[in-house]
Amino acid sequence: MGKAASGVGRQATSFLNWVDQRLPVTDFWNAHLAKYYAPKNFNFWYYMGGLALLVLVMQILTGIFLTMHYKPSAAEAFASVEYIMRDVDWGWLVRYMHSTGASFFFIIVYLHMFRSLLYGSHRKPRELIWVFGMLIYLLLMAEAFFGYVLPWGQMSYWGAQVIINLFGAIPAIGEPLTEWIRGDYFISDATINRFFALHVIALPLALAGLVAMHLTALHEVGSNNPDGIDIKKNKDEDGVPVDGIPFHPYYTVKDIFGASMFLMIFAFVIFFWPEAGGLFLEHDNFAPANPLVTPEHIKPVWYFTPYYAILKAVPDKLMGVVLMGVSVGVLFLLPWLDRSPVRSIRYKGNWYKILVFTFAIAFVRLGMLGMAEGTPAQTWEMRFWTFIYFAFFILLFFLSKGGAVKPEPERVTH
Amino acid sequence: MSADGVNNERRRFLLATTSAVGAVGVGLAAVPFISTWLPSAKAKAVGAPVEVNVGKLDFGQILKVQWRGQTIGILRRDERMIDDLPSLDDRLRDPDSAESIQPSYAVNEARASNAQFLVVNMHCTHLGCVPQLIPQVGAQPFDDDWKGGFYCPCHKSKFDMAGRVYNGVPAPTNLTVPPYSFLDEQTVLIGVNPEGAA
Repeated sequence: MGKAASGVGRQATSFLNWVDQRLPVTDFWNAHLAKYYAPKNFNFWYYMGGLALLVLVMQILTGIFLTMHYKPSAAEAFASVEYIMRDVDWGWLVRYMHSTGASFFFIIVYLHMFRSLLYGSHRKPRELIWVFGMLIYLLLMAEAFFGYVLPWGQMSYWGAQVIINLFGAIPAIGEPLTEWIRGDYFISDATINRFFALHVIALPLALAGLVAMHLTALHEVGSNNPDGIDIKKNKDEDGVPVDGIPFHPYYTVKDIFGASMFLMIFAFVIFFWPEAGGLFLEHDNFAPANPLVTPEHIKPVWYFTPYYAILKAVPDKLMGVVLMGVSVGVLFLLPWLDRSPVRSIRYKGNWYKILVFTFAIAFVRLGMLGMAEGTPAQTWEMRFWTFIYFAFFILLFFLSKGGAVKPEPERVTH
Repeated sequence: MSADGVNNERRRFLLATTSAVGAVGVGLAAVPFISTWLPSAKAKAVGAPVEVNVGKLDFGQILKVQWRGQTIGILRRDERMIDDLPSLDDRLRDPDSAESIQPSYAVNEARASNAQFLVVNMHCTHLGCVPQLIPQVGAQPFDDDWKGGFYCPCHKSKFDMAGRVYNGVPAPTNLTVPPYSFLDEQTVLIGVNPEGAA
């Protein structure tokens, strides 16, 4: 038995050698997993990156199976989604995994981004990781929008109407630009057909490429950690960081645990609460698109509502669109706006804690107001939080330079 | 590979010109792909005028039809609704329709060639939703002194009974009036100006 096993082992090793001489499989495995040394003090927040990758894979898989039944035409789209839900064996599960998965993707991505704010993971030398991450976030928003149009319900139709007309606010080229995007003088078959192409081919390809860049840039400089200190400064005689542990098996095992917990929650929501009371799938989207009637209460899905609130807060078409664009664009600058000598919130003064948590409250509150009916009082509250949202970036720039810091430890704490 | 006798200047020139010609080629090759997104010949061909019978409309009632993919509303107004219009002028952004889009025969207080019938493109000039007609006079959740008009559910823009936009709302201009003409007392042709007018 032992002899036979070692025989198989020898054969496997020699096969691996054969491959390694032709394709650097072992080198790749070592560089990114077995000999990629990550700080040993990762906490809960560090689950999010791996989970985002897991959800991306799930979205691609479920998406592939949905395209096998979905019809990207104005006449057939709505019925084909109903067909998937009612007549295709297990179609409801695949569809709900995909639609609920989209919302979970954004929950994870928002937590992942907030982690950067907490521990300064976007600071030098990780600026490019942040920039690639932001590009992923932008494409993800576009991907989610196109996906939301495809079922061709009332919210799909009128959501598309509003989003496409945002481009109409651009002076001079606005109107022809919206016509070009729609491929018609109104949202029509041409529009849904091209959105389908973008949703299933163009954007997923671009996303996969950006994820590869995000990870390559990360593995070049190494992971940050909750203390925000550089573990590569302190290496043993073999050149291994003393505070680092190999990603595999230590963090692969940790991430498998995290993935299991996540999948339990995800499955619970899919089975018992897939529409999340209108938050993940809006009620009006269960009525087919009708170009003659706008639903009484138009709002985007929850993950867009903070920016939507900023749009609604401004009583001017062009300025509203500009401010909304700036509110997303300014996030790109975060690595350069924070000028504090330390990365982690743990060693920054109270000024940073107050700033970051006020910003988080503003973002969440804007998101809630973006969904609301919009009474005059709510409009004023939106303006207030919009002001706070932008004040964060300005205050961060000025307070971080001289803001109080505590001494950083030599070694990571855990 | 000897570097002797390399003419660096010539090499840089060739690199630059090759790159420039290549970039122009890529740009030209992109034109057909970008053009495929424009409205197709078929989409352009659909756009014939629409004939609507308005004889059965009651006062305060609106009839919606589609013309070129747009929702067009024909609203029948009574004397009170027409007489109320001037009283709103100081609450409006463009009461004289100076910056809005409409044919010349709709540049007046009622924004119509026949004051009784408002023919209007129903899409909000903000982001294209279709506002609701709320003809009742009296306090509304969004306005304490409502004189009747259109209210957009998307971003709370308000328009009066002539489709004129209120101050302090996101919509920049009045609702657009499409070209239209009356074939007889009860029939409107949407998409065609009256003879001799523009």
